[in-house]
Amino acid sequence: MNDFVTEFGPVWGTALAVGQILAFMVVLLLSLAFLLLMDRKVWAAVQMRKGPNVVGAFGLLQSFADFLKFVLKEIVIPAGADRPLFILAPLITFTLAFIAWAVIPVAPGWVISDINVGILFLFAISSLGVYGIIIGGWASNSKYPFLGALRSAAQMVSYEVSIGFVIVTILLMAGTMNLSEIVMAQGGGFWNWHVLSFDLLPWPVFAITIPMFVIFFISALAETNRPPFDLPEAESELVAGYQVEYSSTPYLLFMIGEYLNIVLMCSLMTVLFLGGWHAPFDVAPFTWIPPVFWFALKVLFLFFMFAMVKALVPRYRYDQLMRLGWKIFLPTSLVAVAVMGAVVVYSNAS
Amino acid sequence: MDAVLLEYLPVLIFFAIALAMGIGFIVAAAVLAPSDPDPEKVSTYECGFNAFEDARMKFDVRFYLVAILFIIFDLEVAFLFPWIFPMFEGNIFAFWSMMVFLGVLTVGFLYEWRKGALDWE
Repeated sequence: MNDFVTEFGPVWGTALAVGQILAFMVVLLLSLAFLLLMDRKVWAAVQMRKGPNVVGAFGLLQSFADFLKFVLKEIVIPAGADRPLFILAPLITFTLAFIAWAVIPVAPGWVISDINVGILFLFAISSLGVYGIIIGGWASNSKYPFLGALRSAAQMVSYEVSIGFVIVTILLMAGTMNLSEIVMAQGGGFWNWHVLSFDLLPWPVFAITIPMFVIFFISALAETNRPPFDLPEAESELVAGYQVEYSSTPYLLFMIGEYLNIVLMCSLMTVLFLGGWHAPFDVAPFTWIPPVFWFALKVLFLFFMFAMVKALVPRYRYDQLMRLGWKIFLPTSLVAVAVMGAVVVYSNAS
Repeated sequence: MDAVLLEYLPVLIFFAIALAMGIGFIVAAAVLAPSDPDPEKVSTYECGFNAFEDARMKFDVRFYLVAILFIIFDLEVAFLFPWIFPMFEGNIFAFWSMMVFLGVLTVGFLYEWRKGALDWE
């Protein structure tokens, strides 16, 4: 994709890039529509309900009906709200959730922008994500959104730190910040995936990487405000957190942004830990399936885990949430970085 | 154009398209949906009674402490990213200098912990 401009000249190259990005966004939004349905169906099945089953066969078109309904609803802007910021906040969340996808490789060479510091880009974009929420909560000029935004911001930044340390431990094994190269380093079979990595180093590093995977998964739940860490939206106390005053498509933008971030976290776990597009075995029947399907399958599995956690686990209390993030995950991942650094540097030293 | 900058062109295009799509959604609802504001509808939501004071009130100082801690540790992570490359060259001096840096930060972190900045009751 980066070669388009050099190969076809500035005009046609840019046109091709735009076409590719549009196609990618359409695929992403369509997948999101069905993932949303899957989330609701899994939740319903755990509670012995049927879930959405009216629109289309098995409710398959439910998300599209929801979309139409959002577009046809009135945009209510509260009288005391700061109008420009009130509209800007969901736009920030939506746009940032989208552009993070520009560096995710879904198959060999299938990446919008194969920049060499992809991980750093993702880290920067996910740090900016707080702005949409805190601006939305402040601009609403209402008590529930204000408190919800404060909680949400504190929660997101707390878990972002441990996510950063976990990423560094994985980079110490991969030796690159380019996401495609990180995936390529994990080829050959599932025992080479970073979560296990039996052959990569002489020491049993899976004793570090498996706990790191668990920390990353739980931090991803907290980072995306998913249950059991959905304190900013705790229905019984803050109604819906920073989204209380939002309606119609501004609310829709928040929701799409939130789900895009969840799927992004699933993809990031797939890329960093579960070998990206690689098949679990590098032999005939497995390699017939195109790489992009392996990637989608792993993301789907992780998303299913997200949905199951939502259905099964009761909500955390705020002090427990902060204790888990700062007093357990942060020291653990910090020690893991130091140990992994020592392992790598002493196995590479002559 | 510079080859490295050219790699970021798709990100810029992606940003523009995503922003246009978001604005498109909002404009679609503004055009297609009815708009009939009345004082009750646009009043601030307050669970049944009228809003009685400014919503932008004082809040707990611990949110502020968390933000400060976040800045310190996020910078620390940003320092750690380039540090992975000397590790692959087996540079033991680079390893121990980063350990000293992490040690200093850990002392500060323990101080915060003992002061109770991380306790939420």
